Amino acid sequence: MSSLVHPTAARLTYRALLGRRRAAILFALPVLLLVIAIAVRALTGADDTTANTVLGSFALATMVPLIGVIAGTGAIGPEIDDGSVVYLLAKPVRRSTVIVTKLLVAIGVSVVFSAVPVLIAGFVLNGNSQQLAVAYALAAAVASVAYSALFLFLGTVTRHAVVIGLVYALVWEAVFGSLVPGARTLSVQQWALALAQKAGAEGAVTSDVGLAPAVVLLVVVTGAATWYAARRLKSLTLAGEE
Amino acid sequence: MSTLTLENVSRWFGNVVAVNDITMTIGPGVTGLLGPNGAGKSTLLNMMGGFLAPSNGTVTLDDRTVWRNESIYRDIGIVPEREAMYDFLTGRDFVLANAELHGLGRKEAARALATVDMEHAQDRRISTYSKGMRQRVKMASALVHEPSVLLLDEPFNGMDPRQRMQLMELLRHMGDEGRTVLFSSHILEEVEQLASHIEVIVAGRHAASGDFRRIRRLMTDRPHRYLVRSDDDRALAAALIADPSTSGIEVDLEEGALRIQAVDFGRFTTLLPRVARDHGIRLLAVSPSDESLESVFSYLVAA
Repeated sequence: MSSLVHPTAARLTYRALLGRRRAAILFALPVLLLVIAIAVRALTGADDTTANTVLGSFALATMVPLIGVIAGTGAIGPEIDDGSVVYLLAKPVRRSTVIVTKLLVAIGVSVVFSAVPVLIAGFVLNGNSQQLAVAYALAAAVASVAYSALFLFLGTVTRHAVVIGLVYALVWEAVFGSLVPGARTLSVQQWALALAQKAGAEGAVTSDVGLAPAVVLLVVVTGAATWYAARRLKSLTLAGEE
Repeated sequence: MSTLTLENVSRWFGNVVAVNDITMTIGPGVTGLLGPNGAGKSTLLNMMGGFLAPSNGTVTLDDRTVWRNESIYRDIGIVPEREAMYDFLTGRDFVLANAELHGLGRKEAARALATVDMEHAQDRRISTYSKGMRQRVKMASALVHEPSVLLLDEPFNGMDPRQRMQLMELLRHMGDEGRTVLFSSHILEEVEQLASHIEVIVAGRHAASGDFRRIRRLMTDRPHRYLVRSDDDRALAAALIADPSTSGIEVDLEEGALRIQAVDFGRFTTLLPRVARDHGIRLLAVSPSDESLESVFSYLVAA
């Protein structure tokens, strides 16, 4: 059992993630994005600027981090809260395997519920003109990886992971990110945009961060969050009922 | 055959000492961990199960450290007190998942479900189970890899008498097979029925250890207090005080009752009705006034 992924742990995580009421948001947000895309297209026709706004301000700045919060924290937080994680951890399975498995499930769910709808919305909005659909979908996928790792880590550290995650997603990424220039360099969204900039047509997408630092920061944040999460889980303490 | 060893184990949370310098050895057979609520039983069990680090001292299973050692779960099965399980799964899927996490499969899962007699409900979701059914599925999940050590936190809570007897039978059987079975309880009778060996924890301290008969005697030989009402309190008091099993009687005018302190529990309980009958006194109420478990335990600690 020295592999990095355990299929049973993956199955439990996946079913827990999609079986909870919170999962409704996972379905609702992409549907909302698609509804907006269809409405915008019907009302204004195919327009690159509008497409950019919808995909950048709503999809990447709000929807992707929100889905990241739900998938990342949801992959482990509730299990730790209610104590059922004991059934998963009282097993001869390495805790790092448990974390990597949960991370992959969270990433998979985030990508399916954020990157795929972004791609579809992009095509609906302007038929992938200027490669916008592909660029933003790529950014959404990359951001999903980093968000999943960050929020999974948060789920192992605090019971308030969802609240902290929401504050990060909505205040830091959505508000500060657009107002305070400094905050943008330390934003998953901007790092992901750096990749979108590369993938999109010349000048179609812009990021405040260069491609090289963006990739390095994405890798470092994802790796560090995963490593710390495994460490946390290794010394996970379950408080008694007393 | 496995032995859990605790050496000078303490655990504190901030300023609160939950477990205070406990040394004990839990060997094969059924051992009861007895103590009032809040005594530190769960804290102790969490440390034995690798879900809590001792602040001081060591917990080992056959010389292997328990904390931060996933490999010990090949030999340990845990039945937690908390209710939460993967409620969206059926009992069968839940036990199968537990088996798979041990590298086992359907055969072992089916055997474990049969052991706890839950085959009839195995295809229902856990969320529809009664407390007793949950308890049995938890047992199945802990037994699926046939562990040599089984740790159970308050396993009889919420079970009806029949389920309780079945579980006791199962645990007794496992103890007879040479497995190390440790269960916690705050109910003396429960522990007495099942465990040949008892460890008593009171307020985080190791209060007593050993054969249940010795501990039972310690618990019953303490002074007992009774509140007794009769149709002639003074006559009853005069008759009772003549016997050495009674060490003090107070006539409580406000309550209209006698407060009796008995030193010999066994003798007093047969004395009281006999004296009443011989003197033609009618007993209206007899109730123990300090039978709370806490007072029983606090006496034990002082002893």
